Amino acid sequence: MSDIQFNHVQTAHCECGVISNIFRFYGLDISEPMALGVGAGLFFGHLPFVKVNGVPGTTYRVVPGAIFSRVCKRLGVKMESHTFSTVEKATAELDKVLERGMPVGLQSSVYYLPYFPESYRFHFNAHNLVIYGKKNGNYLVSDPIMENVTEIDPKSLAEARFAKGFPAPKGKMYYPVVVPKEVNFAEPIKAGIKQTCSDMLNIPLPWFGVKGIRFLAKRLRTYPEKVGDRRATLYLGNIIRMQEEIGTGGAGFRFMYAAFLQEAAGILKRDDLQGMAHELTAIGDIWRNFAFTAGRVCKSRATNGNGYAELSDLMMECAASEDVFFRKLAALKL
Amino acid sequence: MHEGKFKQLFYATDDTGEYVKVNSVGWEPENIAMQQAWEEVNTKIEDARKRMEAGEVSPILYYMEKTIMDLPLLASYVNKFQWQVKRHLKPSVFRKLGDDTLRKYAAAFKISLEELKKAGK
Repeated sequence: MSDIQFNHVQTAHCECGVISNIFRFYGLDISEPMALGVGAGLFFGHLPFVKVNGVPGTTYRVVPGAIFSRVCKRLGVKMESHTFSTVEKATAELDKVLERGMPVGLQSSVYYLPYFPESYRFHFNAHNLVIYGKKNGNYLVSDPIMENVTEIDPKSLAEARFAKGFPAPKGKMYYPVVVPKEVNFAEPIKAGIKQTCSDMLNIPLPWFGVKGIRFLAKRLRTYPEKVGDRRATLYLGNIIRMQEEIGTGGAGFRFMYAAFLQEAAGILKRDDLQGMAHELTAIGDIWRNFAFTAGRVCKSRATNGNGYAELSDLMMECAASEDVFFRKLAALKL
Repeated sequence: MHEGKFKQLFYATDDTGEYVKVNSVGWEPENIAMQQAWEEVNTKIEDARKRMEAGEVSPILYYMEKTIMDLPLLASYVNKFQWQVKRHLKPSVFRKLGDDTLRKYAAAFKISLEELKKAGK
């Protein structure tokens, strides 16, 4: 069984990467940036009351799973998705689908993936990977953030699939059942852009979109007084990690989204989108500048308060630039 | 941080402004933030170890920190309420726990029952 020829391509982000790799298996070519754009994955949110290990949550992307469902909806792909009550049922169903020669996407916790870089192995439960076969009792893994395919033993995989905590994967597995061979990307691109602009500009709550960036920028300024120097550096470190580390492709998905706009410019034959891509690259550079400065502040544990004021200003600059950018993007007649 | 073994993918522009994919071992801010996160974890583990050895807390706190869990997460792994797990952090309560309960903790920490018991002595 399971002599599936699976063409693994390393990507920056797991969800977009699984979409790209699985769809390609069925002959539907979609790049990672295209998945991000059509799935309207770019976002910003800061939720001070949602704490992970006592640190307020910041995100540069939409909620896990949303990119996937939006891409499927817009491209006309039908997915079959299951969760399970027991490891036995989950394993049996996975084996059954693999037996039919189909690669399967799984939600998992990175903490239990032995092949994962040690320094990344926190209890993060929304990781996506593809199992494309079985060999000598081990499962064959195409993990989008890894350079090459690898293997995993059944015990570790079961632990990763049934990790506790939020969001609990409950053995979630998914695979496409209907994949159109020919897709016209024009309309899905337009719908994706429209949704991202709306997400960034129109949510009437202070924590999301451009408003959310301003909200965090304001809070950042007073971190050292409010929570003390030690916690302030922890909070700051978490922002850097969300922006630069967890598979964002750089600058909190801004560079990947710019790559999407570039690809979209070619498909829609619109030079103005090419210009927008350059503008977003410049905004991404401000975000990177922010991360760079934030890293310095973290390292020096500077108690001279000024560091945070400077960071706050930098982030305000990001907010102002994105405000202008997304209004302009929304106003384009695509 | 990854001992140079693991290369992440990034999107970057080339000389003409076109986006290309590049492999990189990460850059300074990321490494600083990651190092800081692990320093925090290690401080907590070390803290818990000292308090365990001083008899102030049970091994459950030490192993909880060692497996990078927090109270809500550990509680869900052992099927208990958080207040119950909190009680089990007291050495006096820990010593009275039955093997069934201890086995659940040992499984969550991926250690043997004997190891957990020994740490409590």
